Amino acid sequence: MKIDVHVDTKGLACPMPLVKGKKALDKMLPGQIMELVSTDKGALNDFKAWVKQSKNEWISHQESNGVHTFLIRKG
Amino acid sequence: MEKEKTTIVLFSGELDKAIAAFIIANGAAAYDHDVTIFFTFWGLNTMRKDEIVKTNKGLLEKAFGWMMPRGARKLGLSKMNMLGMGPKMIKHVMKKHNALTLPQLIELAQEQGVKLVACTMTMDLLGLKEEELSDGMQYAGVAAYLGDATNAKVNLFI
Repeated sequence: MKIDVHVDTKGLACPMPLVKGKKALDKMLPGQIMELVSTDKGALNDFKAWVKQSKNEWISHQESNGVHTFLIRKG
Repeated sequence: MEKEKTTIVLFSGELDKAIAAFIIANGAAAYDHDVTIFFTFWGLNTMRKDEIVKTNKGLLEKAFGWMMPRGARKLGLSKMNMLGMGPKMIKHVMKKHNALTLPQLIELAQEQGVKLVACTMTMDLLGLKEEELSDGMQYAGVAAYLGDATNAKVNLFI
């Protein structure tokens, strides 16, 4: 899968991962894919809730050693 | 599609409560909500400028001005303030956890277009003048707040 934008929020605390993800998506075109990386423990539930209420589409989530990687398609 | 709305009344003037208010405001802005923070009573001190601003005031108003914290960097904690040791400790811990400071959260909120409204009635009570508050504030009363809150699903009083 082609990733258009990569957003690294490792080490950043709430609410920065969300704010950075939102800012990046705002600049993208519909259909483009963002990969966002976060080490925030609340990130999974945060991004699930946030994507659900937006026009954007959840593609996948992976976690290894506390590092969450999200793929989100801009709607 | 009409945007969702969030409003927060920041009544309290303590660091911990102001941080909570601004984290929620920034989160709501990231949710693409129109966000309003309405500052009233002690909450107004969050938006005071750091520097001393020359104003034309009566003695009582001047006394209030000296007794209240001058801006976001000067706020105490609502619990465990310990004569100012508490805020120093929490700022240290926040830095360790890479959390944004209150001034940074305020700047981020302004950048995200959060509407910051000062309650003019309580400004009069506390003797605060427009020129003493941060630039870019709006000035209004309860009707303007209710105008925003009526259409908002998230309305908080902190």
